[in-house]
Amino acid sequence: MQTRQPLVDSPNGEVQLSNDEIARYSRHLIMPEVALDGQKQLKAAKVLTVGTGGLGSPLALYLAAAGVGTLGIVDFDVVDESNLQRQILHGTSDVGRPKVESARDRINDINPNVNVVVHEEALTSENALEIFADYDVIVDGTDNFPTRYLVNDACVLLGKPNVYGSIFRFEGQASVFYAEEGPCYRCLYPEPPPPGLVPSCAEGGVLGILPGAIGTIQATETVKLILGIGEPLIGRLLLYDALGMSFREMKLRKDPNCPICGENPTVTELIDYQEFCGIPQAAAAEQQNGVPEITVQDLKSKLDNGEEINVLDVREPHEYEVANIGVKLIPLGELPQRLAELDQSENFAIHCKTGGRSAKAVKLLQDAGFQNVYNVKGGITAWSEEIDPSIPKY
Amino acid sequence: MPKVKIPTPLRQYTGGDKEVEVGGATAGEALGNLATEHPDLKQHLYTGDGKLRSFVNVYKGDEDIRYLDGPDTEVGDGDELSIIPSIAGGRC
Repeated sequence: MQTRQPLVDSPNGEVQLSNDEIARYSRHLIMPEVALDGQKQLKAAKVLTVGTGGLGSPLALYLAAAGVGTLGIVDFDVVDESNLQRQILHGTSDVGRPKVESARDRINDINPNVNVVVHEEALTSENALEIFADYDVIVDGTDNFPTRYLVNDACVLLGKPNVYGSIFRFEGQASVFYAEEGPCYRCLYPEPPPPGLVPSCAEGGVLGILPGAIGTIQATETVKLILGIGEPLIGRLLLYDALGMSFREMKLRKDPNCPICGENPTVTELIDYQEFCGIPQAAAAEQQNGVPEITVQDLKSKLDNGEEINVLDVREPHEYEVANIGVKLIPLGELPQRLAELDQSENFAIHCKTGGRSAKAVKLLQDAGFQNVYNVKGGITAWSEEIDPSIPKY
Repeated sequence: MPKVKIPTPLRQYTGGDKEVEVGGATAGEALGNLATEHPDLKQHLYTGDGKLRSFVNVYKGDEDIRYLDGPDTEVGDGDELSIIPSIAGGRC
């Protein structure tokens, strides 16, 4: 039944299934592709999921239910209300708890036979190799470019497969990057996009069910690799469009010039991935070209004192509908065409959700000749947290 | 005319269109025309000096044009070009 070398050798006599486990895994045991040997391979397998959020949730749940013996989880975050729309590892009563704790409890409830290894820390260049070393497969459920390159490079250096998934709004990508047999993440994306150019899920949103589809594909690929069955996504990039409900597949090739898995690698150890992704450089540039800011407290006292200051909201109308502080709305995209609606000689405080878009709006107004324009630090989120809790936070 | 499939993160710059027909005999020409028709797309596809950005992958059918003839890859009627951007979401 095996189509390739399984990642985890058949453990023969070393791993046994109890009668309870045999009852639990019955639907696997009656399939010749898994059977008793395969179930023992799963029990002997050690899988690390990096991130216990959108992708990590379905991944960890299914891998635990399937009987993966050791499940490592890396996360340093705490459960937030806004996670619950998609992060099905965590429940309403978990809000405020460390994600690794609520993940461990949920996994153990699904399958107490799973040994959950908690790594409550951020994955860094200092700890990645040591953490990864104990595992057979690494599953990437992270949410930022520096960590994705870090996961890739650590996997290449250790010769381990990286089961990749990524999501945005209604669209997802999945692949298996395994430099021993095919291309790695850097072969596909040699360089990261500059910070701020590609919106994050926090900015762009994501359909709550989308990570379910992609994370489940990652879990499937993980189990296939462990058992050595089927055709893995090595050398293929699967693209999923939830709105069109279509899957497409692109060919991936190993880049002979890849800096880490190519013929003459120049990256031979883990590097500074924040630097590689231009994060500190962008922060420094932002500070240098920074726009004048005003805190929500200062804005509130100016308004209370009757000072002449116009507050402008540059979010989208559908966001305004969710929460607003009753001020004029001009979405950032329409601002260049609607400058005539604003009086250059007046003072403006501009806000958005958290301050990113409004900073761009301030710059735009300054470039158009406005003299007194301020960015409301922290946006309507800060207003809700610090001034008026009756404004919903979204 | 070739069709260009626009990924979700870039659809805001094509007025929401997920597929755009553009003129051009090569992949490079087609993308250039796409950027001309939708100027806001330009900075997402090209660097300041007019090179295709390295994190933007362009496929003709299911092949990366890097492994065909790059921007000179010929395209014709009914050919499908896809822009495959880096997306990082997951833990979020």
